[in-house]
Amino acid sequence: MKPFTYERARSPAEAAAAAARQPGAKFIAGGTNLLDLMKLQIEAPAHLIDVNGLALDKIEPMPEGGLRIGALVRNTDLAADQRVRRDYGVLSRALLAGASGQLRNKATTAGNLLQRTRCPYFYDTAQPCNKRQPGSGCSAIGGVTRQHAVIGSSEACIATHPSDMAIAMRALDAVVETVKADGATRRIPIAEFHRLPGETPHIETSLEAGEFITAVTLSPPLGGRQFYRKVRDRASYAFALVSVAAVMQRDGTGRVALGGVAHKPWRVEAAEAELPRGAKPAMAAILDGARPTDDNAFKVTLAERTLASVLAEARG
Amino acid sequence: MSKVSLRVNGEVRNLELDTRTTLLDALREHLQLTGSKKGCDHGQCGACTVMVEGRRIYSCLTLAVMHEGDAVTTIEGLGQPGNLHPMQAAFVKHDGYQCGYCTPGQICASVAMLEEIKAGVPSHATADLTAPSQLTAEEIRERMSGNICRCGAYSNIVDAITEVAGRPA
Repeated sequence: MKPFTYERARSPAEAAAAAARQPGAKFIAGGTNLLDLMKLQIEAPAHLIDVNGLALDKIEPMPEGGLRIGALVRNTDLAADQRVRRDYGVLSRALLAGASGQLRNKATTAGNLLQRTRCPYFYDTAQPCNKRQPGSGCSAIGGVTRQHAVIGSSEACIATHPSDMAIAMRALDAVVETVKADGATRRIPIAEFHRLPGETPHIETSLEAGEFITAVTLSPPLGGRQFYRKVRDRASYAFALVSVAAVMQRDGTGRVALGGVAHKPWRVEAAEAELPRGAKPAMAAILDGARPTDDNAFKVTLAERTLASVLAEARG
Repeated sequence: MSKVSLRVNGEVRNLELDTRTTLLDALREHLQLTGSKKGCDHGQCGACTVMVEGRRIYSCLTLAVMHEGDAVTTIEGLGQPGNLHPMQAAFVKHDGYQCGYCTPGQICASVAMLEEIKAGVPSHATADLTAPSQLTAEEIRERMSGNICRCGAYSNIVDAITEVAGRPA
């Protein structure tokens, strides 16, 4: 690890101001992804702002019926919350499908949204990577690409977003609340929070320098039957090849977001009109324009079949 | 350098550490508590599992300075020769290891894991999210997936945990 200085933040606004003031500063909460990357010197912050002492670990009801999830709510606690289990099952299921018990005890809501890709070329510091070293090239393109994106990728990057939680939040249309260095707050719909790689795959979210996530809010419960179906190489403690987050209503309408296929949680609202007609037309519309590689073309078929299994269970 | 005070196995320990020191390195290199093991050092193997404020975490993926005032329980704090924790005794009885390197992490993880079930935390293996988890082998396997045993003692580990949990294997 590169040396860094360390401070404990006393308020969200102060944390944001400190981050904007000091070049190379990063927030640390759970640290489960950041410290891994710091050990490999993929991340090398000169200054760490520990935000764990900020009282952002509550899940509170919203006046109009949704939930406000503090940025520091640990993944275990969010998954175990009775209201989440009852009203937002897709979110609880997604959290429980990710990582291990130890990681979920540490990992936070905001940190989960901000975790970085597990593309092996991003992790291999001996190889070029536009995300790690902008402009150096993409080693994944033309490499081993079984795990990589099939849609929304660019000539600069074909990495996927690793989060399960974020896929469920996309299906639920969560909103990310932040505070900026000047104290101004804003609400970012999750659809606009994560970015496609384009020419700048190192810029992964719409957050500004120093902008600090304070909470994620959920709209009033959607009802229906909720699913998070994750397909992976081993039964537990592995990232998704493909995952399907779905909220299905009795009449066959619903919402579907995909994980493991793109640089961000993948949802195409217009394609959801096809859901009552079945998985094949729906997935064709969701993955319209997909450009898989020879290594990962199976993901397109797998996504359709995973959705078919979810729709069958929803009807059952 | 940064000062931090930890409560390790019931005893307050004051340390002055490089900010880069992980909790694992603080325990092993500065407090000579070498029961917690460094396997992968990247949160993938579970050998470094300890309990902080009663919750199991990977001590390799957290900085010591982030734990000012926290209560840390390591394998040494769970039990000692002659006065073993029931989970330690069950691992011996059921031969829940071969080389033993992952064992301290397995035992810390399993003790905390049973508390998670008691507290009503669901898992990927829990069929009904609105009902309490059942203590099945499937639940134990899923909840222990963050601890790798390269010798493959898994089935005996499940037997040991099952016995401590109060259900016959």
